Amino acid sequence: MSSSTPQYLARHWPAFAGVLVLLAAPLAITYWDQPFYLDVLMRLMILAIAASSLNLILGYGGMISLGHSVYIGIGAYAVGIPAYYDQYSGVLQLLLALGGAGIFALVTGLICLRTRGAYFIMITLAFAQMMYFTFVSIEEYGGDDGLVIYARSDFGGLFDVENSIRLYYLVAACLLLTLLLVHRIVNSHFGMVIRGAKSNEPRMRAVGFPTFRYRLACYVISGMLCGLAGWLMGNFTGFISPEMMDWTRSGELIAMVILGGSGTLLGPTIGAAVFIGMETVLAEVTVYWHLYLGLLLILVAKFGRGGLGGLWQRIRGVR
Amino acid sequence: MDSTLLVIQILNGLQLGVLLFLLAAGLTLVFGIMDFINLAHGSFYMVGAFFCATLTLWLDSFLLALLLTLPLTFVVGMVVELLVVRHLYQEDHLQQILATFGLILVADTLVHIIWGPEGLTFALPEILNGQVTVLPGILFPVYRILIISVGLLIAVGLYIVVTQTRVGMLIRAGASNRRMVEALGVDIRYLFTLVFGAGAVMAGLAGLMIAPITEASIGMGNEILIVAFVVIVIGGVGSIKGAFLGALLVGLIDTLGRSFLDDMLKLVLSNQAAETSAPAISAMLIYILMAAILYFRPQGLFPPKGR
Repeated sequence: MSSSTPQYLARHWPAFAGVLVLLAAPLAITYWDQPFYLDVLMRLMILAIAASSLNLILGYGGMISLGHSVYIGIGAYAVGIPAYYDQYSGVLQLLLALGGAGIFALVTGLICLRTRGAYFIMITLAFAQMMYFTFVSIEEYGGDDGLVIYARSDFGGLFDVENSIRLYYLVAACLLLTLLLVHRIVNSHFGMVIRGAKSNEPRMRAVGFPTFRYRLACYVISGMLCGLAGWLMGNFTGFISPEMMDWTRSGELIAMVILGGSGTLLGPTIGAAVFIGMETVLAEVTVYWHLYLGLLLILVAKFGRGGLGGLWQRIRGVR
Repeated sequence: MDSTLLVIQILNGLQLGVLLFLLAAGLTLVFGIMDFINLAHGSFYMVGAFFCATLTLWLDSFLLALLLTLPLTFVVGMVVELLVVRHLYQEDHLQQILATFGLILVADTLVHIIWGPEGLTFALPEILNGQVTVLPGILFPVYRILIISVGLLIAVGLYIVVTQTRVGMLIRAGASNRRMVEALGVDIRYLFTLVFGAGAVMAGLAGLMIAPITEASIGMGNEILIVAFVVIVIGGVGSIKGAFLGALLVGLIDTLGRSFLDDMLKLVLSNQAAETSAPAISAMLIYILMAAILYFRPQGLFPPKGR
């Protein structure tokens, strides 16, 4: 895209406005003394990272993973298990989160990606459920009840995230980095192959691309990004349990991606915002808010091609 | 390991197996014929359990409740098909997942509204409460034997219906070439509704049979559903025979793994290592089995022919 900077700004003003709002939010929240909303925004951004990572394989790569929340769990346990042994080194925890998620994605990806369509969906689901039950059965780390994390990741004097506002900016930075990375990936040569393999894999293979390796690499990157979200989630909630990787959590991630618009850069973030927004507003009014979410999802599945992001694009007349 | 425990655990494994089969049969039929992924299938399992629990408490008769619950879940299944599922056959899998995930949320919340957050329990009638001697010196609860028998009967019945009857022929024909069947003048949509309802009844039956042992609770179908998915993936999606053998295999391996794995591990590991690792490994067993089978046969053990 060779448009000049003002045009670029004019076309993408909602995104820039969104960034400004996110960066300025802590000031407003501190001013009105509403720490609750700081938590809401942090959860929103962490889920947006997770949903964006899922979008990378689901939206762009056509790999419908119904077990993506397992990486949130892995990332969170990478904070919780070291903390259980009084190891709070942030570098160690982060490496564990990214490494653990990457290795899990690599090993399961080798098997999952041999399958197609519905099989892929069910296998990703099953592997995630396997981790869920594994952590449920490990009594040492709390089993069903999970673990409380008493201190957040420690980066020495470099960066202290015990302070929630600093954690907030760390989360915001991670979200922006994730979006930038996804943007770079899907517009790279690598991303072209991934998107090509989504629409016509035999053709991509015939052209000479070893699509399996490309898809596997994409699957691993996506898993690691979601592991990052999990690492943030562990730090944010200060509590981990197998419930974080229950398959219904993965279903919620898929809902966010599709609600916002799969295969668009900002769709998952919009979806996460809608999801958290509904939860925050409706849960105040009724404990049965899942009923409305469920009905919304059914309607979106039938009528809402492209989700809210698609709707926005249609309104703006882009593509 | 002692042989009494082994026999009992094999029977428990069979019981889990037939329950899984009842769930997997509907899933695999619906998927095989309509190419539809139904995440909300476990909701029928839950609905069956709640209907039966309530009716048993009202009518004071488990048998009457059972006989009323089956047609009720049939109706619920067909209504869901007509209202929601029917409109999604043409959509791709992603939309189906989203919609049926939405259905789960709706079903769980409706149950919450109607029955409250607590689970429901009810007692079995006296005759079903006893134990019977299955082998000299080995007692096993009558009710669990009944579950196994009912499950096996349904499996045989379903096999006969699918392979020997006209409806079964249409189901198989619809699975391999839907347009051709329609061209021959069969209202395939009507058939789909019936099959979906039948799947719901089988899931409801599984739920109502397990309810007296555990309880009827919100979301009870969501966990076992995943195991049912493992079953049909192992068996080959769309195959009744695959679902049956897969279900028994998964039921037995899961149950036996949980009770005997620590003893087996003790042969190769230290006592303590065996005891700490056994629960985690036995929780993973069926998934490892699935991964191994898929690595060699990505279509499962009995992929249906002609697709």
